[in-house]
Amino acid sequence: MKAVTAARTGGLARLSDFFFRNRGLLTAFLLLPPLAWIVIVYLGSLFALLLQSFYSLDEFSGLIVRELTFATYAEIFESSNLQIILRTVTMAAAVTVADAVIAFPIAYFAARYARGGAKALFYLAVMMPLWSSYLVKVYAWKLILAKEGIITWAAAQLHLTFLLDGILAIPVIGGPSLSISYLGTFLVFVYIWLPYMILPVQAALERVPRNFIEASADLGARPGQTFRTVILPLALPGIIAGSIFTFSLTLGDSIVPQIVGNSRYFIGQAVYTLQGTAGDIPLAAAFSVVPMVIMGLYLAAAKRLGAFDAL
Amino acid sequence: MTPAVSFQRVSRHFGSMRAVDDVTLDIAPGEFFAMLGPSGSGKTTCLRLIAGFEQPTYGHIEIFGETAEGLPPYRRNVNTVFQDYALFPHMTVGENVAYGLMIKGMARADREVKAAAALAMVKLEGFGDRRPSQLSGGQRQRVALARALVNEPKVLLLDEPLGALDLKLREQMQEELKALQKQLGITFVFVTHDQGEALSMADRVAIFNAGRILQAGSPTDVYERPQSRFVADFVGSSNIMAPEFSAAHGGPGVWISLRPEKISVLKASDKPPVGHGSAEGLVAATHYQGSVTRIVINSGGARLTAAIPAGTSRFHEGDIVRFVWSKDSIVAMEHGE
Amino acid sequence: MRSEGAAWPLRFAAAAGLAFLHLPLALIFLYAFTTEEKSFQFPPPGYTARWFGTAWFDRPDIWPPLVLSLKVALFATLLALIFGTLAAAALARARFFGKESLSLLFILPIALPGIITGIALRSAFDIMNLPFSTWTIVLGHATFCIVVVYNNVLARFRRTSASMIEASMDLGADGFQTFRYVVLPQIASALLAGGMLAFALSFDEVIVTTFTAGQQATLPIWMLGELLRPRQRPVTNVVAIFVIAVTFIPIIFAYYLTRDGEHIAGGGK
Repeated sequence: MKAVTAARTGGLARLSDFFFRNRGLLTAFLLLPPLAWIVIVYLGSLFALLLQSFYSLDEFSGLIVRELTFATYAEIFESSNLQIILRTVTMAAAVTVADAVIAFPIAYFAARYARGGAKALFYLAVMMPLWSSYLVKVYAWKLILAKEGIITWAAAQLHLTFLLDGILAIPVIGGPSLSISYLGTFLVFVYIWLPYMILPVQAALERVPRNFIEASADLGARPGQTFRTVILPLALPGIIAGSIFTFSLTLGDSIVPQIVGNSRYFIGQAVYTLQGTAGDIPLAAAFSVVPMVIMGLYLAAAKRLGAFDAL
Repeated sequence: MTPAVSFQRVSRHFGSMRAVDDVTLDIAPGEFFAMLGPSGSGKTTCLRLIAGFEQPTYGHIEIFGETAEGLPPYRRNVNTVFQDYALFPHMTVGENVAYGLMIKGMARADREVKAAAALAMVKLEGFGDRRPSQLSGGQRQRVALARALVNEPKVLLLDEPLGALDLKLREQMQEELKALQKQLGITFVFVTHDQGEALSMADRVAIFNAGRILQAGSPTDVYERPQSRFVADFVGSSNIMAPEFSAAHGGPGVWISLRPEKISVLKASDKPPVGHGSAEGLVAATHYQGSVTRIVINSGGARLTAAIPAGTSRFHEGDIVRFVWSKDSIVAMEHGE
Repeated sequence: MRSEGAAWPLRFAAAAGLAFLHLPLALIFLYAFTTEEKSFQFPPPGYTARWFGTAWFDRPDIWPPLVLSLKVALFATLLALIFGTLAAAALARARFFGKESLSLLFILPIALPGIITGIALRSAFDIMNLPFSTWTIVLGHATFCIVVVYNNVLARFRRTSASMIEASMDLGADGFQTFRYVVLPQIASALLAGGMLAFALSFDEVIVTTFTAGQQATLPIWMLGELLRPRQRPVTNVVAIFVIAVTFIPIIFAYYLTRDGEHIAGGGK
């Protein structure tokens, strides 16, 4: 028997030999199709988006003028559009704070106390709403917040109708019913993005060694002090990572305010309506650059705080 | 006779790192050859060059006289036992062992017979239907061995195969491997960083450092006649003495190596025996180590260690002693650094 | 702080938070059985199962969106499986300059809000004068589904010992045989999990689709229409239950297939 054997012969084996000798080519060969897809379809589209934002709409003919101009960006700075942006950013900030507050005990409990099977169950319990149908979740809240829905009923049963009416009577956030108010929009946003806050906070908390807490207690800190001086600072990168999701998802959402909310626009809705019924793709494109810029600034700030270590 | 493996000025560079640097080496057929060195010394890369996982940047490799560079691993009749065993978790033990035969196109019944025989050879009869995950570390190691040997390779490569086993099991496997190699007559190339393992198992040992072979020879050869400070230190421990020391005590006037166990310690007033070199020194420390006691001696700016059988030491820190050595236990070295 | 268990306020807060996550979905089920079809009256004035029959027999407008959604999800999943696996295979072991940016590129479509992907595709279709079709929807879905398959398969590749592939080649198998007998069985469950997640993601997607569908309706778009202009509200709930099932079952199955990895990978996500 020869020391150097001839294994399988034929085209495939020879091709295998070729790739064995040229491993770089193999990587390139594997990478080319998906890379071409992403570059052409996705980066190409993002480029088209940028290009469109420098086009403008002829108001009389309703046709897109394919000449580069800053006129469309100038429209963004009209006061009605600035109001949309302000409204959206305020909502995103409020949603982010609320999610951080609600997510923390859940994440803390999962990271500290849940063990083994309970932990897996916990993980599943957080993941399932994350993956379940977005639209169905929004719909569920339409049911809850409807004027004749469960909240109104519960308030009546508890003789708290006056409280609900009082809340709805608050200017700006109130409205004829919860499903037609900023408060309703806010609740739905808080709900659907909550898992995006829980998971990174939990990941950050799990990295806090148990003996840190014991050490802190050992050094005479009361639980409250331990929480403030040890746990919270260590969880902060996780909270910031989660806030990136909640903030950016709220900024870019176009569905929730359509279903639950008053008729005032958010950025997402504006983009959707502009490209659709109005046919003003350039302004829609320029509008969608706004959340990208805001997120860019937010990410730059988060990066300086070290939030990406917790992702 | 054609060598089983022949390296001719072989280098393997990874970027600017020279993992293997101008290595020339012949391994004889039927030899148990050990590659010994610290991690990152190039020994594993040499093994991977023989297996075909790496290709040389420069130089020429032959396996039984046939050119090996450019040949992928699947075209070499060489098999490997991996450090992490690399058993296929989705196959049974029997399927793992029969894998090479299946690829060669052997009929199922035939390869099952051969796989069972190979498992018997490594004392794992009847384990064919289990999964690798159900085996202990030692058993996995045996499966990896059977999986390689069933293909009747011309050269068997073993990459630190005993590294993950505990001491007792390791010693047992050392004996078994040695016996298996004698019985099968296959060339074994064995990579290890454990000098004891290399010395006890191999017919020949190559000492690697920084991508080069510093010395190759029989275990006695590299232990008794180290040619450089690195070899003397890495294989066992040794007193490396400067040329001045050697010259001052009637030696060859070059760097020498003097093994601690070759030094006897006497009272300062004692006369050295005929044919022995001697010097006076101050005992700086004594370390009791069970079978031996190590005595650290300062002598005229030099410091050396003597290892004497435990229980025979009458000396204490601060004693002035005379230490003596047989002149033929001095090894002149080519390199002092 | 006691080590044996959490303080009751923490337990209560965690439980309340989880209830907040899950109770709304229960209402979807309840309202599918209400006799009231014009409003969301609570508690429902009566209970009936007839809406399931209505959805199946009397609402032909449900079927074309359902078929379109299934078709889109199938094609998008197929494309994602091919491209995601290729990308993971290429990037799992190779080392070259710019690799980090490349893997970021594959994650980008899911990292940016859907509305940006949507309006970007819409802008491109407009510039190229590409008419809306099933394929314009597939184009968008495949782009963000690739990353799901990519992540799953990449994680599996990373967990698979590199020496396994070398061992196969050492034993005489060439590259293709090694792929068939060693690599494929190792990544099979990751492929299945990634494929199912991609399917669920595509089947459920609404934001990007609103930009790439034109006048066509996928099931989520049909649902969106029902939410904005309702008729026979309980029928929407029946469809919602169906959507929950179609997305949940693959997700649970995918979790089951990759759960060993979760434990090994620990908090690596």
